[in-house]
Amino acid sequence: MIPPTTPRKSATFDDYTLSEIRRAAATGIYDIRGAGAKRKVPHFDDLLFLGASISRYPLEGYRERCGTNVFLGSRYASKPIELKIPITIAGMSFGSLSANAKEALGRGASAMGTSTTTGDGGMTPEERTHSSLLVYQILPSRYGMSPDDLRRADAVEIVVGQGAKPGGGGMLLGQKITERVAGMRVLPVGIDQRSACRHPDWTGPDDLQIKIEEVREITDWEKPIYVKVGASRPYYDTALAVKAGADVVVLDGMQGGTAATQEVFIENVGLPTLSSIRPAVQALIDLGMHRKVQLIVSGGIRNGADVAKALALGADAVSIGTAALVALGDNDPALEAEYRKLGTTAGAYDDWHEGRDPAGITTQDPDLFKRLDPIKAGRRLANYLAVMTLEAQTIARACGKSHLHNLEPEDLVALTIEAAAMARVPLAGTSWIPGGGSF
Amino acid sequence: MSADRAEIVDLATMPLRQLNLALHRLRPDTNQTLWRIANPRGRHSVAVGVDVPVTIEIDGHVGYYCAGMNKQATVIVNGNAGVGVAENIMSGTVHVKGDASQSAGATGCGGTLIIDGNASARCGISMKGVDIIVRGSVGHMSAFMAQAGSLVVLGDAGESLGDSIYEARLYVRGKVQGLGADCVEKPMTDHHKAKLARKLTTAGIAGIDIGQFRRYGSARRLYHFHVDNVY
Repeated sequence: MIPPTTPRKSATFDDYTLSEIRRAAATGIYDIRGAGAKRKVPHFDDLLFLGASISRYPLEGYRERCGTNVFLGSRYASKPIELKIPITIAGMSFGSLSANAKEALGRGASAMGTSTTTGDGGMTPEERTHSSLLVYQILPSRYGMSPDDLRRADAVEIVVGQGAKPGGGGMLLGQKITERVAGMRVLPVGIDQRSACRHPDWTGPDDLQIKIEEVREITDWEKPIYVKVGASRPYYDTALAVKAGADVVVLDGMQGGTAATQEVFIENVGLPTLSSIRPAVQALIDLGMHRKVQLIVSGGIRNGADVAKALALGADAVSIGTAALVALGDNDPALEAEYRKLGTTAGAYDDWHEGRDPAGITTQDPDLFKRLDPIKAGRRLANYLAVMTLEAQTIARACGKSHLHNLEPEDLVALTIEAAAMARVPLAGTSWIPGGGSF
Repeated sequence: MSADRAEIVDLATMPLRQLNLALHRLRPDTNQTLWRIANPRGRHSVAVGVDVPVTIEIDGHVGYYCAGMNKQATVIVNGNAGVGVAENIMSGTVHVKGDASQSAGATGCGGTLIIDGNASARCGISMKGVDIIVRGSVGHMSAFMAQAGSLVVLGDAGESLGDSIYEARLYVRGKVQGLGADCVEKPMTDHHKAKLARKLTTAGIAGIDIGQFRRYGSARRLYHFHVDNVY
């Protein structure tokens, strides 16, 4: 008898790929899901801090101060904001998230002295009440756009794109367009709501400059104005945002989440976060604007090490979305039985657009969203933010830094050639920084 | 407007910032209810974010976003207006005596925008409740993704009128070069004729035969995401 070979599955046509081909063949429509890129890309895990040694003094871990605050908007705004920690909550709409989830985000962030951000759909009274610092987004759809809310906000963020879908618009399926969501967006209840990919009243960087001026005039030059871009051409987008008059540039890598977009878009468009930071920072340096125009980086920030690495590469702050939702209770293994009923498993649930979230976060179903206690969930978020901050401080002190902003690329090495090239730090144990040249 | 009661602002000498700040500081019961702005010279963001029931008359051409996000005020432009005039208007009236550039009344949530001349492309884009009346013609992609409110065009409309429209109502007296995705002609009932007549009257437009207008709106085929709706 000839010994049989082990059945061999294709690396190219793996199980997920085969299932997607079958799904596409059955439906004729692309797959939509939430969250960010799930493929493995070079990330902060591929960097290491060197720590202090004979040539560097560390700071005493539990005694010596390591500052964490950051001022945003000092370029033009007469009322810049100060975050106590350099970790903000990214824009997520009421509509994509439940009111309880938005309240929990506000409670958690406020407890730690940081900001939350509205989203595509306007500002709810709940999030204004529970967020001591609230960033109001101006998106292409302008759903819920109001000058009153603009004046109520602590900062304004003009959203050009996001990391999950640079160049793409949005879609909020009808299951989540309840009477309240529809009312805020001036849409019929229950329809699948589309969000435009381009702004309705400006095109290109010269127009953006005029648009920013208008927003400044409306808000009497008080509010910091951010410009958010998805990571695709970070050097040029950052330079153009600075030229257009932004106080803050928000740069979102492809691991950054979304409420709903085509899977093919999420996984195949845009840059990994790691590869986008240095070009953006270089643009700020070239313009003499590093630390004058602040850079907020988002997309796959999970722990204090990621925070420290992003800041060491030159960011002023980071922003979290997916991680914040997990802290609230998203994808909790305790809900495994319910995830199974939805055909998925804890840790993989990403059909946020369908509104059936058993954790009560990405839903407008009253029976589901009442499961989320905004006070307890807010506390979990505050705890998580506190841990991230302590972790980042621990690393910074070990590198001899008295403020997180004193971390620098020289504190880092890379574990892979790819990460070394992207982060522009040496491959560990060498002095070799691959790549180079212009961006 | 009697000139002796008006606040006179000459933008040749007063910085725009000073004008907008003065307008923002007006209290609802202000007696400075008449403002006359000279020498706008195409300046952007003139009289933006006003939220009091005053009348602001601008003598000359304005640049981008004049009367942006207007609430309550009546803003009259005795000239042409640049991109995004009355963008996101909430209430009040904006009246352009000349022509308007692209994206006039974009995302407007309420109030009225009257353009005596022509409006360029994307007039009423993503409108959310504003009433826009254009005595002349409008350019292509007007009322794109228009959600609510009405666009009344006494002249012609360019290509792709009402593309991806939601619940806004479009009335065109002249020719429509082409309808956009999901935009269809709908019956002009007596109810619609009466509503249109009221809008014209409110805008001070008389002597127009309502029977010459045709009505357009959403076929509502894009309201649910489906393979057959992909363009």
